[in-house]
Amino acid sequence: MSELLRAVFVAPFADMAGNMPFLLEVLIGGIAAGLMYSLVALGFVLIFKASGVFNFAQGVMVLFSALTLVGLMERGVPVPVALALTVLTMIALAFAIERVVLRPLVNQEPIILFMATIGLNFFLEGFGEMVWGGNVKKLDVGIPDSSFILRGVQINRLELTAAVTAAVLVAILAVLFQRTKTGRALRAVADDHEAALSIGIPLKTIWVVVWSVAGLVAIVAGIMWGAKSGVQFSLSLIALKALPVLILGGFTSVPGAIVGGLIIGVGEKLAEVYWGPLVGGAIENWFAYVMALAFLLVRPQGLFGERIIERV
Amino acid sequence: MPATLAERPIPQATAAGAPRRGPLLEVEAITVRFGAIHALSDVSMDIHRGEIVAIIGPNGAGKTTLINVISGFYHPQQGRILFEGKDRTRLKPFDVAALGIGRTFQNVALFKGMTVLDNIMTGRLLKMRGHFLLDAIYWGPARRQELEHRAAVERVIDFLEIQAVRKTPAGRLPYGLQKRVELARALAAEPQLLLLDEPMAGMNVEEKEDMSRFILDVHDEFGTTIALIEHDMSVVMDISDRVVALDYGRKIADGPPDVVRQDQAVIDAYLGVAHE
Repeated sequence: MSELLRAVFVAPFADMAGNMPFLLEVLIGGIAAGLMYSLVALGFVLIFKASGVFNFAQGVMVLFSALTLVGLMERGVPVPVALALTVLTMIALAFAIERVVLRPLVNQEPIILFMATIGLNFFLEGFGEMVWGGNVKKLDVGIPDSSFILRGVQINRLELTAAVTAAVLVAILAVLFQRTKTGRALRAVADDHEAALSIGIPLKTIWVVVWSVAGLVAIVAGIMWGAKSGVQFSLSLIALKALPVLILGGFTSVPGAIVGGLIIGVGEKLAEVYWGPLVGGAIENWFAYVMALAFLLVRPQGLFGERIIERV
Repeated sequence: MPATLAERPIPQATAAGAPRRGPLLEVEAITVRFGAIHALSDVSMDIHRGEIVAIIGPNGAGKTTLINVISGFYHPQQGRILFEGKDRTRLKPFDVAALGIGRTFQNVALFKGMTVLDNIMTGRLLKMRGHFLLDAIYWGPARRQELEHRAAVERVIDFLEIQAVRKTPAGRLPYGLQKRVELARALAAEPQLLLLDEPMAGMNVEEKEDMSRFILDVHDEFGTTIALIEHDMSVVMDISDRVVALDYGRKIADGPPDVVRQDQAVIDAYLGVAHE
């Protein structure tokens, strides 16, 4: 018994302290992975904040944007043009979603809108496959997936780029939401449609803006994930990895998406490396969900989510 | 207390310059049907600049429908609505708000997760210029503008005496205060016409007195024209210049409070029931 306790509570920490550079590498790997999760989670948060809809199709939007970009590049379109066209495609998609999905369903229950996004999910998946084909594509963004050594710690160039990109994106979005006219309008729309209309906010414009921004975030996530693991249909499944991040950070908080991503990224890497061997490894894949479940019991609104207020 | 929220004067009938003639708002023979139900039948009324008009009537008389039509939430099947002499019958709610018509709701429509301060700041949205990209980096004009509007909002907060709850999420406030915050949000937009749907519903006597005082202060201080729906007849008599009575979707009386109070149709429809 005491041996088991030792193996769980003492030995891993001794290992960490024993090899600091390695611990640092694990932490950096975790942070990098975490920020990649955050990128996907951000898309969810944006749409949830502004329309109260849990957008099941966010993962497919990531895939779809990466597919569009790669597909255009494969056909010989120069990279800047391909990128611009991808951005335009995602904005056009936002307009289409507002017109076809959101507008007819205004004032419906959140669950109805959620189901509509499930439909959107399958449509986009099929549409993307029809247009661009279903084979795995390689996305080369010009940043080598290789490492350099800094003070004895290995750092991956691609992961570093992704991390910096995510950090910048998040900083911009956080300020946009918290301190500005546009951000306040977005939050107002999320909170109460009628009241938002009464103070002069056009719902439709706001929805197009927010789905466009979520589309842009999806492009960034698609590029980063696509460069790392190739553009393929399993890319849409990273949306599932964003779920524990959202539960931890709160569905309505941009900073929460980042902190949640970091906690999940670092947590699962540490668990895999130091505690994994105890149960034969491969706990990375489910550890995040266990963390999220434990968290739900203590703080259902997430770390930074808006308090759930119910007057009785 | 300056007479305006921002640095520029609020347009009003008594202001120097060129005051427009004619009523601020004209409702011309509007009819609103929901299926077979006539919510409003051939209702006409005017609201003049600087007036406080009370709209009264029993439950289901069509009072809220009238407010919803004026603010663009419903569109009438027949009739017209003119604001400052221009037809705006078909405008959407956010366009109506942009014209300078503010409103509150019967069942308090606040942004519950946002603080009182942020709620009232949303009232300034129409006054802000759009700098989407500058907004994103919170730089230059975007930042200056934010601070400028913040100052205007602080004046509304002082005016309505809600300093103590500025940072509280609106959803956590007691009902009476929520109503006051909603008024503050509407006021922050510096509307020419303010529509209040039962601003005192569910309040105790003291809260009602406070709210009456605030409404009168808003009217005196900013020259805002006000139309309000109210059930409490003593409040109506105290604060309104004119009373419009509705019953079963029709207008049954329109005139000074004293006259309407003694109108036989009104007594039959409403007062007789409310004050045995």
